[in-house]
Amino acid sequence: MTDQWVLVIGAGIAGIQASIDLAQMGFQVYLVERTPSIGGRMAQLDKTFPTNDCAICILAPKMIECAGHENVHLLTYSEVLHADGRLGEFRVRVRRKPRYVDEGRCTGCGECVAKCPRRVADEFNLGLNRRKAAYLPFPQAVPRVMTIDPETCLFLTKREKNRCRLCEEVCQAGAIDWDQREEVIELEVGAIVLATGFDPYDVSPLKEYGFGTIRNVITGLQYERLVSASGPTGGELLRPTDGKHPRRIAFIQCVGSRDVNYNAFCSSVCCMFATKEAMLAHEHDREVSSTIFYTDLRAGGKRFQEFIARAQAEYQVSYVRGRPGCIAEDPETGNPIVRYEETTARALREMEVDLAVLCQALVPRRGHQELAALLGIELDEHGFVRAPNLLGNPADTTVPGILACGYCIRPQDIPESVAQASGAAARVAELLAAPAELVP
Amino acid sequence: MSEVRVGVFVCHCGSNIGGVVDVPAVVEHARALPHVAHAEHNLYSCSEAGLSSLQRSIREHSLNRVVVAACTPRTHEPLFRTACQQAGLNRYLLEFVNIREHCSWIHSREPGKATEKAITLVKMGVVKACLLEPQEEAQSAVAPAALVIGGGVAGMSAALNLARQGFQVHLVEKQPRLGGRLLNLDRLGPTDEAAAAMIEPLIAAVVGHRSISVHMPASLAEIDGFVGNFRVRLGEGEGRSEVLVGTIIVATGAEVLQPEGLYGYGLFPNVVTHVELERRLKEDLPEIRSAVLINCVGSRIPDRPYCSRICCMQSLKNAMRLKARLPEARVAVLHRDQLTSGVQAERYYRSARQAGIRFFRYEPEQPPQVVGESRAEAVVVRDALRGRELSLPADLVVLATPLVPGPDNQALSRLLKVPLDESGFFLEAHAKLRPVEFATDGVYVCGTARWPADVAESVSQAYAAASKAAIPMRSGAVRAEAITAFSDRALCTGCGTCVVCCPFGAIARQPWEGGRLVAQVNTVQCKGCGCCVAACHSGAMQQRGTTDAQVLQMIEVCASV
Repeated sequence: MTDQWVLVIGAGIAGIQASIDLAQMGFQVYLVERTPSIGGRMAQLDKTFPTNDCAICILAPKMIECAGHENVHLLTYSEVLHADGRLGEFRVRVRRKPRYVDEGRCTGCGECVAKCPRRVADEFNLGLNRRKAAYLPFPQAVPRVMTIDPETCLFLTKREKNRCRLCEEVCQAGAIDWDQREEVIELEVGAIVLATGFDPYDVSPLKEYGFGTIRNVITGLQYERLVSASGPTGGELLRPTDGKHPRRIAFIQCVGSRDVNYNAFCSSVCCMFATKEAMLAHEHDREVSSTIFYTDLRAGGKRFQEFIARAQAEYQVSYVRGRPGCIAEDPETGNPIVRYEETTARALREMEVDLAVLCQALVPRRGHQELAALLGIELDEHGFVRAPNLLGNPADTTVPGILACGYCIRPQDIPESVAQASGAAARVAELLAAPAELVP
Repeated sequence: MSEVRVGVFVCHCGSNIGGVVDVPAVVEHARALPHVAHAEHNLYSCSEAGLSSLQRSIREHSLNRVVVAACTPRTHEPLFRTACQQAGLNRYLLEFVNIREHCSWIHSREPGKATEKAITLVKMGVVKACLLEPQEEAQSAVAPAALVIGGGVAGMSAALNLARQGFQVHLVEKQPRLGGRLLNLDRLGPTDEAAAAMIEPLIAAVVGHRSISVHMPASLAEIDGFVGNFRVRLGEGEGRSEVLVGTIIVATGAEVLQPEGLYGYGLFPNVVTHVELERRLKEDLPEIRSAVLINCVGSRIPDRPYCSRICCMQSLKNAMRLKARLPEARVAVLHRDQLTSGVQAERYYRSARQAGIRFFRYEPEQPPQVVGESRAEAVVVRDALRGRELSLPADLVVLATPLVPGPDNQALSRLLKVPLDESGFFLEAHAKLRPVEFATDGVYVCGTARWPADVAESVSQAYAAASKAAIPMRSGAVRAEAITAFSDRALCTGCGTCVVCCPFGAIARQPWEGGRLVAQVNTVQCKGCGCCVAACHSGAMQQRGTTDAQVLQMIEVCASV
């Protein structure tokens, strides 16, 4: 029965929650994820506001619950190629990329990773360190199956013909499979839920902030990896130039957002995550004080104002209203020097810090436009999914039977994404129960 | 009884535990304990690698008790229980020891002592595990009907979704009309559609759906029972009725703060709230030449520290409405932080600036002053960004006041045995991952009963609550808690103390041999809180999984360290 099957695209927290709800309601779910593991952006975060709960500690059980549910059929390292049909009867083609590792055989022991000689930039850690060409994206990855990256593997790129293959030698399970080929499968589903999330905006066009040239200027998501126990420094907050512990940190808000030159919208979560990140720095080292340069302090969620008050009172976090004009570098120390107007004092000032963190705009995922085009759904001018009935059916897209939830529909935080994901699941249940009555 | 073979699994939790506690040392100590057949450590015991190692060890070492020393059982115990079950072990033969919160985090500056404590806690866990017994979870049926409390936009959306999924819904509204607070509004942000155009079709769909019974005006007299089987007594007019439902959704909304005594409200006739303005916008508006809208009236102050989330947008919307009606009027918004997050609200803010609405930021230490004799004539404000005091003429002053918890929240929270937060809104089970659930099974929350939210967010949450309610109703059955109380009837004196102290009404006195009254626990209703066990004078009341014998053993090893 096609109409009892649902396709969920994107396995971040929203896609995971939608899949769990649908599976628990008795639907069969295909969960398609482009990367080798489910988990999405939340897996990259260290802690979550306003409770400072460890992100992976609360996410990992959900990932395992999702993957382990008998009604959820995971299709990781896979992409949607084509879709047609309508509510109750969509046909979707999905490309399963070769991992060159047999999922059934791999025990996840990691021997191949240990022996792989090729090192490449680690995207999970935002390029702060290097991973191997044979890799598990992060320690809690689900499924726990290694992937061999065809773009960088010495054997697959033919740079060393028939020479390397060390992974194959050490794999006790015989799981390395060079003959794996791309596979295209056809799915028939009654409804589709889109949950593709966000990418951090590339801030290099904002030359005035020196990202890419001043090494002690990093982004918010890089900072998360730097303070995370599973990150490249094992959770020690070290600045890039000299590996020293920063004592003075500046957080710059609205970098590439609320700015008509780049992205006019507000990413909604940065005021809060910057506050959390500043608190974490102080938790790591009581000598740290932070300054958050903001435009409007947007803290409208449950206990958010209290969180900000606590940051100020107990964690040496101060807030300056002003958008810095530029960041310069002290050539001797590598310290960023932030030049700004403190607008509430109408004064131009300079502040030397040890580390500057750019809280960049969060934008719809790369590839999201192409996906929207092949699904036939409309996007707004920024690339977010257009919700034609935002108030009455907030998860509906312009195509009946295709729903959306999480950041891809509008900027929002984790609990909102989780609620929206469950909401999209309920809407699917209603549409598949009585489609005729509900679609105009 | 077969030989007890305990397996001990100690987690590093990355560096969360391993960065402080000497995990290999804990494993070495555990390995030497009586009945321990196997001990190991894992970087992340909860990862797939950790769980499959646990399951492999259960089989390879014929383990029949498992001790996991890791983080908090609150999030992770179900995961490890399921892993045990999948490996063929009864899920209650697991003992969970928290060495993260109780050791590495709280004693992060004393790694030696943290390790010592972890070793002791693991020892205690092992002796307790030796006395664990398999437990069975009772299964109970779930009635395919829901009670939705509140007939506003959230309650109606949840009710309609559940009805369309095929469930019976009882929608209870205390007012004589459906529609809630939206009935008082003119337009809705951020889309500017007419409130009536949204709410009227929704009311019609709810009233017209044969699976929805609207009880109105009605009140809740009594609720008892548990997930799947709630008995609800309603008061409707003179009459009383009773309904049986499987799940309950709280959608009671919130109130708008009346700003008595603030900024001349109640003193000057031309100082109004947004709700009052919107009522007038629906009819005709008096000719005015100037209007000043003040944000954060009664919110973000020491007595009420929270931000009400939706008022900035409401001010923008009404500023634009005033400007559209009276293009010549000077309209100003006095604000603190502009909370226009996201795409549409931010776009709205930009278009308001382009439309000529003036914005002035004020600091809470220097709030605006409304001046006038018998009516407001001007608002004096210190513009924080220009550092100047301004006097803005004001034929009309509009105050943006926060949503405050509904007056019935206290009573309803007692009736449902669900908590409120410190502001008086309903408190969800988990701030991040369970936003519309309560810790109590079968009861859910959505909309402004939970926290200020706009219409899109409220409806999203309403659907989410409906999803959560649909899950047990679609499956038709739930498994009840197995860690429950039981009474040794031979020891029970029938005093009834436990009956009085049980918060869930799960204990009754029933005649036993010779007609003597003894305590009897309804295991489906029992939540395993342990109140009755603590209160019992005779030691007759015991808790499965935490019996006196187990606890005394734990104390003994702890004391002998």
